[in-house]
Amino acid sequence: MQRYSIASLARGAVGGHLQWSRAWRSPEPRRSYDVVVIGGGGHGLATAYYLAKEHGIRSVAVLEKGWIGGGNTGRNTTIVRSNYHLDPNAHFYEFSLKLWEGLSQELNFNVMYSARGVLNLVHSPADMDAALRRGNALRLNGIDAQFLTREEIARRIPNLDCSPKARFPILGGLLQPRGGTVRHDAVAWGYARAADALGVDIIERCEVTGIHVERGAVTGLRTTRGDIATRRVGIAVAGNSSRVAAMAGVRLPIESHVLQAMVSEPLKPVLDTVVTSGAVHFYISQSDKGELVMGGDLDFYNSYAQRGNLPVIESVVAACLALFPSFGRLRLMRSWGGVMDMTMDGSPIIGKLPVAGLTMTGGWCYGGFKATPASGWVHAWTIARDAVHPLNAAFTLERFAQGRTLDEKGAGPYPWAH
Amino acid sequence: MMLIPCPFCGPRSQVEFTYGGDATLRRPAGDADPSRWADYVYLRDNPCGPHDELWYHGAGCRSWFVLRRDTRTHDIIASAPVGEPLDGTRP
Amino acid sequence: MTASRSRQGSETQRWRLPAGGAIDRSQPLAFEFDGTRYSGYAGDTLASALLANGVHLVGRSFKYHRPRGIYSAGVEEPSALVQLATGARTQPNTRATMVELCDGMRATSQNCWPSLRFDVGAIANAMSAMLPAGFYYKTFMWPPTPRWWLRYEQLIRRAGGMGRAPTEPDPDHYQHQHAHCDVLVIGGGPAGLAAAQAAAAAGARVIVCHQSARFGASLVGSEAKIGARLAPDWSEGAVAELAAQRDVTLLARTTAFGYYDGNLVGAIERVAGSAADAALAVAHLPRERLWMIRAKAVVLASGAIERGIAYANNDLPGTLLADAARIYVKRHAVRLGARAVVFANNDRAYAGALALREGGTEVAAIVDARPASRLEGVLPARARDAGIVLLPASAIARAHGRLRVCRVDVVPLAGGAATSLDCDLVAVSGGHNPTVHLYSQARGTLRYDPVTASFLPDGSPLPIVTAGAVQGCFDLAQALRQGDAAGRDAAARAGLVARPAMVHVAPDGERAAVEPLWSVPARGKAGKAFVDLQDDVTVRDIELAAREGYHAIEHLKRYTTLGMGTDQGKTSNVIGLALMAKQLGVSIPEVGTTTFRPPYTPVTLGAFPGHAQGPRVEPTRYTAMHDWHEAQGARFVNAGLWKRPHSYPRAGESEDAAVLREARNVRSAVGIVDVSTLGKIELQGRDVAEFLNRIYVNRWDTLAVGRCRYGVMLREDGIVRDDGTTSRLDAERYLMTTTTANAAAVMQTLERLLQVDWPELDVHAASVTEQWAAAALAGPRARQVLERVADIDVSNQALRFLDTAACNLRGAGEAIPARLFRISYSGELAYEIHVPADRGRAMWDLLLDAGQPQGLMPYGTEAMNTLRIEKGHVVIGAEIDGRTTADDLGMGRLVSPAKWCIGKPLLDRPALTAPDRWQLVGLTALGGAPMPRGAKLVADPDAPLPNPILGHVTSWCFSPHLDAWIGLALLAGGGARHGASLWAVSPLATARVRVAVGPPCFIDPDGERLRG
Repeated sequence: MQRYSIASLARGAVGGHLQWSRAWRSPEPRRSYDVVVIGGGGHGLATAYYLAKEHGIRSVAVLEKGWIGGGNTGRNTTIVRSNYHLDPNAHFYEFSLKLWEGLSQELNFNVMYSARGVLNLVHSPADMDAALRRGNALRLNGIDAQFLTREEIARRIPNLDCSPKARFPILGGLLQPRGGTVRHDAVAWGYARAADALGVDIIERCEVTGIHVERGAVTGLRTTRGDIATRRVGIAVAGNSSRVAAMAGVRLPIESHVLQAMVSEPLKPVLDTVVTSGAVHFYISQSDKGELVMGGDLDFYNSYAQRGNLPVIESVVAACLALFPSFGRLRLMRSWGGVMDMTMDGSPIIGKLPVAGLTMTGGWCYGGFKATPASGWVHAWTIARDAVHPLNAAFTLERFAQGRTLDEKGAGPYPWAH
Repeated sequence: MMLIPCPFCGPRSQVEFTYGGDATLRRPAGDADPSRWADYVYLRDNPCGPHDELWYHGAGCRSWFVLRRDTRTHDIIASAPVGEPLDGTRP
Repeated sequence: MTASRSRQGSETQRWRLPAGGAIDRSQPLAFEFDGTRYSGYAGDTLASALLANGVHLVGRSFKYHRPRGIYSAGVEEPSALVQLATGARTQPNTRATMVELCDGMRATSQNCWPSLRFDVGAIANAMSAMLPAGFYYKTFMWPPTPRWWLRYEQLIRRAGGMGRAPTEPDPDHYQHQHAHCDVLVIGGGPAGLAAAQAAAAAGARVIVCHQSARFGASLVGSEAKIGARLAPDWSEGAVAELAAQRDVTLLARTTAFGYYDGNLVGAIERVAGSAADAALAVAHLPRERLWMIRAKAVVLASGAIERGIAYANNDLPGTLLADAARIYVKRHAVRLGARAVVFANNDRAYAGALALREGGTEVAAIVDARPASRLEGVLPARARDAGIVLLPASAIARAHGRLRVCRVDVVPLAGGAATSLDCDLVAVSGGHNPTVHLYSQARGTLRYDPVTASFLPDGSPLPIVTAGAVQGCFDLAQALRQGDAAGRDAAARAGLVARPAMVHVAPDGERAAVEPLWSVPARGKAGKAFVDLQDDVTVRDIELAAREGYHAIEHLKRYTTLGMGTDQGKTSNVIGLALMAKQLGVSIPEVGTTTFRPPYTPVTLGAFPGHAQGPRVEPTRYTAMHDWHEAQGARFVNAGLWKRPHSYPRAGESEDAAVLREARNVRSAVGIVDVSTLGKIELQGRDVAEFLNRIYVNRWDTLAVGRCRYGVMLREDGIVRDDGTTSRLDAERYLMTTTTANAAAVMQTLERLLQVDWPELDVHAASVTEQWAAAALAGPRARQVLERVADIDVSNQALRFLDTAACNLRGAGEAIPARLFRISYSGELAYEIHVPADRGRAMWDLLLDAGQPQGLMPYGTEAMNTLRIEKGHVVIGAEIDGRTTADDLGMGRLVSPAKWCIGKPLLDRPALTAPDRWQLVGLTALGGAPMPRGAKLVADPDAPLPNPILGHVTSWCFSPHLDAWIGLALLAGGGARHGASLWAVSPLATARVRVAVGPPCFIDPDGERLRG
């Protein structure tokens, strides 16, 4: 792997940048692999990387039907945080955040983990109770959290409407200083490059069309580029988990819903912190290019269409302007949709499926991007050892039948409510 | 913005409606095995293509009805009152 | 003042042609750019006015801070972005090409410091060898801590961005407009107007939107003839004729920006147009209107956008598209320069060259990439006849200049020596990209057409038809024919009978064929050849992306930022795509196209919510007694959309003191609280009891008429969903109450169960939340108050605990019909009193008056909360948190073993019956310290982290009754821990208190008070 550094960049500058080679190869698929990962998004690529790096399994292919990072990895609002209330979530996402902290160096690819802080606003006494309860849980779990008063918030984010007369008055907020953003595309590219260097075959434009199962065990895959024999298959195709699992006869507690995101035109720095609000379900940050990146609710109907409709854009922007009235004259530059795996309890599914050799990581609802490193890490563990790691023990598929649901929001078995 | 044909009120903008999920689920008998209940409550076919689903015309006639809609395109194929066939001929 | 400005105007407009153009010379307008005063005319855009004043340098580029000029005359403008206006009305990143000039307009350049001419940020250009595409992915990783990246990032962020956001709220307002039509025509050029005429002739209801102020597009300023009329006259005639028809709506300044489901097109109308925003505000007009147009069929006549050709320094001010050159001369009467070179690979650009010449600019040469044999169309012939030098099979390899182009090097494409041509203007045309954005959003597929070297519409499953340049047609006669056919086709798709074709006789002229030329190979260290002018993406960046494997078009975009600017790559995407294809040795369609994401052009954020802004962002709900609460100085709290009184502090009293006073008064005397917000659902029918049996855990077939019962409702998964009392008013008539939060959701569920699951049940449900105002009268003296106003016997024998009865409340005024419910939330003797909403205030006044001798005081939600915590009642959000079962909440005994109900089958799952589940307990703080807010329960507050969390405090208060801090909590295995002591800790507040665990009821566990 060509090393990236200021020195190599300087060498490039002298030589017209002709020395750079491909970040990852484009190999033909082999006829068999020890492990095949379906899905070349962040989660699938991370799974392959950690399989090779942590478990020494190098005969690994990642199959991607389009181009890597083209699903939700390239469609999210880039927020990373670990400010979860329930213990298993907190531990898992904190593990992920720790991986984010060192990921640029680990992959030798700057993924621009920007620890600019994630602030969750409090608008009502009930919000306040929930926020403090969550913040205290975080601190007891050894995770950073601070409470900011209205005055502190007004100083830190002057364009927020902190007046008591606001329709959603801001009473304070819970800040996770280590939360922030990561350059989403770079995550796919960085993992791809590092996995490729360890011998992983990343095969783009290769769609899986069938999973061969014999006597309850996986034996291979049918793809648009031929059959591939393998005894271990990891599914990392959030948005389409139900479709791929169905190829092995597995039904999941998941519905696919469209979630939209949007950006404004680029601006000089105007917002230094990630701001989120549960009461109006809204989140916003400013990208390094200067765009305000925002999102909110689902469109609230099953969809695989990767595009949504105007009412959600209206409500997201309405929430934005309720909090930031001075943004009214800015312009929306681009909006798009991604397909979310919405589970029945709002938490992901990472673990074995009821077919031997078949595992999945998915069911991310709104929250998959921030989980990418940890998801890949524990998924690789589960594939390599055929067992759950303590970090994903709470995220197994069986939890639903057993009643161990992990319902952060308490919204119940109504996937669009999470 | 979808134009949803309420079987009682005719086509209306999607903002008048609330989504109610898969319309094909049938509640098991009260004494059915708990695993059947868990399947009923949690598992979904989640098809990529035509999907029969319930919608509630909350800002209109307050009726629940069944809509057949393609989840790939959002194209609406048919709608019918609950219990009536979705033969595709209704508006 | 206007007079002096206009004098100044004629002085400054040195590059205005003496005659011609669609401008109004009788209306001079003064404006300022970067502090310098200029003048223009009505009909100018900011861009045309600047050019008329000889201003070509208007901005700095995003990455390298290179000087940039005005590149286009339309929405595609990548470079001429300005900060318009100041103060609350400032608007960053505004395309000067789209701004209609108005008097007093002020604009400044962006992304430069200290000045536009001398910008320190241009150091990035000097260092650009270190800054190839994606350089930031390769560096800034040392020192290896996140803190360092934050520092680098700050510098990057400051250098990037573009304009500045306003710092004050937007003073203007925006409107939504919904419209339905048979045929929506997008684009008011020749094809669009012909389509609108044809559709209207078929009797269709037609809406035409056109993004500029003036309909006609290419017809404005054209010299072609349509029939016997000049094209501009024909255009104006067609517009007037359409405008006169009742069923035709013409929307100028309206850009269709997105195609959504159900054939809904979003369009944004700039109402302001040439008037200043402030003037509109005075007239109470919205600044913009967001149109949501539901069309049966759509005609897309959106035209095409010219693209450039990449060569070294093709970004110098003084470089612009050939179409734009024509528009500035013909429409705005601007002399663009002294000497121009035109660089083209197609016939259409020759019109630009001819216009330039006509506009007083010497055309040094037309450099054409095509061989001489292909320069035989009408337009090249005219250029030759006009004496313009044609240089076939040649290209501009490099431009020179600092803040404006001064010279170009022309090379034969076959190789050979360069010749230099002095010039102060370069008009370039690399062909046209049809504006297929909405077509693609309408699930239309595109095909690559090698003749026009562009992507053309190739079929959509939706009723959208195309005409004119969007189809690659640049011939006027053909565009009119296509428009006419499209209009008839669309009318037919809308179910109308189309009339025969109209005859538009127009000259046959322009050929669409181009010789693809995307970039001119660099010779030596020639300088940067730009593909994307806004985001500074060069040919070399594309080559680097190809080298590094970022081949997929989306990878190319994301890696190089190609097409990611405010113009979304309108002039650049296809060039980038073609260059990538060349690098990979594949055909252009094999590389594919990017997704055309909405909006087509940026849309003001404020337009999306329209009037749903400020206090109207969500509806606010008020109870019938709200005015009284407000007059009493109540503090309000948001409860969903409702405003509820939190407490009623008296003069000089703190909120906390008020809460204690109010709560104490309920325990010792009597209080009244507004509970109108509770959800109320009336149920009628033969099977209501059976229905209730199925939705509540407890039994309802035993409820007698005139009795109330508390019920707990589960979700399908067995978790508690809601609670409330239901009363049997009559044999087949019940009133259910729900929590405030869940009122709408529960109603919806009941409807669903009755309509979908159990249509055989004879039950009808109606929400009556708004129909009834409600108050709770609570305290040992509640009966004494009620006795004075109720016209029935309310003694403990006549109206027992959990009885309900109808009565009239009588005072000085008219009797108020009321329904009494003897239920208690506070744990005191209490009555809930419901009256018709319009009598709510009268009821409230009557009770307050009647209660005066007993010391009746109003109390708010906070005192109510204190009272219910003392009593151990659970609430939604705190104890009923979406994760607790009835058993967890100590209500397991309510679950009737004798019947099925929703959620019951899953209640016995192992994890739902585990002994270590979090269960409801009561807590008393020891040692008088206050209970910290949002506290968690731990065994040892000093244990190392992660410190195992045993549970959390769900509700807490200072109990005036116990004179102690108490709380309710969910505690692991809590049912078995009564008597234990733990710590309630809040690391956030660095607070901790030792707490004793006990049963979740602190007052009157046997219920003597409420039965008394």
